[in-house]
Amino acid sequence: MLNFLEKNLPKIVLAPTTIVMVVCMYGFIVWTGLLSLTKSRMMPQWDFVGLDQYRRLFANPRWDVAVDNLFVFLILFIIIALVLGLFLAIFLDQKIRAEGAIRTIYLYPMAISFIVTGTAWKWILNPGLGIEKLMNDWGFVGFEFRWLVEQDMAIYTIVIAAVWQSSGFVMALFLAGLRGVDENLTKAAKIDGASTVQLYWHVVLPLMRPVFFSAIVILTHIAIKSFDLVQALTGGGPGYASDLPANFMYTFTFNRAQIGLGASSAMIMLFGVLAILIPYLYSELREKNHD
Amino acid sequence: MTSLKLTKYNIGRAFIYLILLFFAFLYLAPLYVMFTTSLKDIEEIRSGNLMALPIDPTFYAWKKAWSSACTGSECNGLAPYFWNSVRIVVPAVIISTIVGAFNGYVLAKWKFKGSEFLFGALLFGCFIPFQVILLPMAKLLGMLGLANTVTGLVLVHVIYGVAFTTLFFRNYYVGIPTELVRAAKLDGAGFFAIFRHVFIPLSAPIFVVTIIWQFTQIWNDFLFGVVYSGSGTQPITVALNNLVNTSVGGKEYNVDMAAAIIAALPTLAVYVIAGKYFVRGLTAGAVKG
Repeated sequence: MLNFLEKNLPKIVLAPTTIVMVVCMYGFIVWTGLLSLTKSRMMPQWDFVGLDQYRRLFANPRWDVAVDNLFVFLILFIIIALVLGLFLAIFLDQKIRAEGAIRTIYLYPMAISFIVTGTAWKWILNPGLGIEKLMNDWGFVGFEFRWLVEQDMAIYTIVIAAVWQSSGFVMALFLAGLRGVDENLTKAAKIDGASTVQLYWHVVLPLMRPVFFSAIVILTHIAIKSFDLVQALTGGGPGYASDLPANFMYTFTFNRAQIGLGASSAMIMLFGVLAILIPYLYSELREKNHD
Repeated sequence: MTSLKLTKYNIGRAFIYLILLFFAFLYLAPLYVMFTTSLKDIEEIRSGNLMALPIDPTFYAWKKAWSSACTGSECNGLAPYFWNSVRIVVPAVIISTIVGAFNGYVLAKWKFKGSEFLFGALLFGCFIPFQVILLPMAKLLGMLGLANTVTGLVLVHVIYGVAFTTLFFRNYYVGIPTELVRAAKLDGAGFFAIFRHVFIPLSAPIFVVTIIWQFTQIWNDFLFGVVYSGSGTQPITVALNNLVNTSVGGKEYNVDMAAAIIAALPTLAVYVIAGKYFVRGLTAGAVKG
């Protein structure tokens, strides 16, 4: 008996985590998946109606807005954060004095919660008292900045706040990547007469491919999960103009008692993440096998 | 000739510094605005602007945010919710870190058939959008009688945090030479003895990284907090959001800002004190996870 225990200790230690994982991750995903096939409203119930909830979901204009917003947000957020992060990293990599202090400043927003970020930017972008007033006071009379309350522009305020919060992190990723570049390589390029721009464009950037790749995956992940930022900054408004899928899911599941519809939107979010994750993990594993 | 070259070089350097400082200013500006706004009274906020320094600094907003601002129907400030967050974070961080350390130890040094697969399956948990587990988890908490309780929130954070902590420890322990394990086994040490006497003494850095990561994640969580808490058990992020959206007797932006800083202070402090480890956790959790 004791021998058995001794031999199987590693498995016994892992058992609780394994059980919880099977139930609370995979079991729950299946549960939500099944629920999305029922006509549950207030309470879960098990009248299966096939893909009806998905049809309702795709026919729902509010879901349309949320998905469109996600794409706008994703594309702008990722491109701006990548470009900004890369440039700041390259500039910081030029043997800068006080590099540590500057790095700390760029990265601190990452330690703050999206709720705090949203609250701060809601005040900064306040139409009337925020940036608008500042610019007016500084002599730009008639300057208007009311994106927070404009249907078509509210989603861009989410982009601004999210870039402020996450671009420093992208900078850190690139900086780590740049520090890993073999110095002999850059020396050789310089001896060959490459200018700084040529050096970065032809030699260094191609080496940053994996960093680009992971940064994009992480930023996408942050974007798809962005629920709190929207909640704090715009509340999804005006109306539902700046909703993201996560906010849609929350509203319909917990405020509108449309559990079946909420479950179907959650499943679509999961599929969205998988569509990005699976190719990423696949390429990671393939690389490892090549090593 | 040299001096000309030097000048060109200097202009380039100056340009780089200028850009870097400009962005440092941009990143710091919101914090500056939050802090100065929190020290102004509401009159000054209306008459002045974002960048103006407070003329007559007052701690009125801080006192109100901490002890008497309304967060929905209650008007006790953020203090009770701050302590809720502490009561959620401390046990959740400790438990998830310990579980992660054991899991990581097994997955790195006591591999068995299927353990790699298990690790992959667990890794997946770092990525799932939590929306997909929200409802069944609410149901489970209800069945356990833990709905709307601090204990329930601790449980949820432990369950979905263990994927990350396991990942951190596993990746760290993979780097410890297996010869150490073999040598200890020859000396007659068992599973726990090796962990205790070989691995724990080497684990200080990864404990720091994991604890900081978990602390930040859980303190900053909003989704679980808003779904699984009831009146009186909300964490600070939820209370802050309620405070900002409650406008009994007019909007007080100074109180909003003081409250936001209070909510951010613990994680900011950790970042300032142990920034190196914070960054290491971010990159490890991000790149590998």
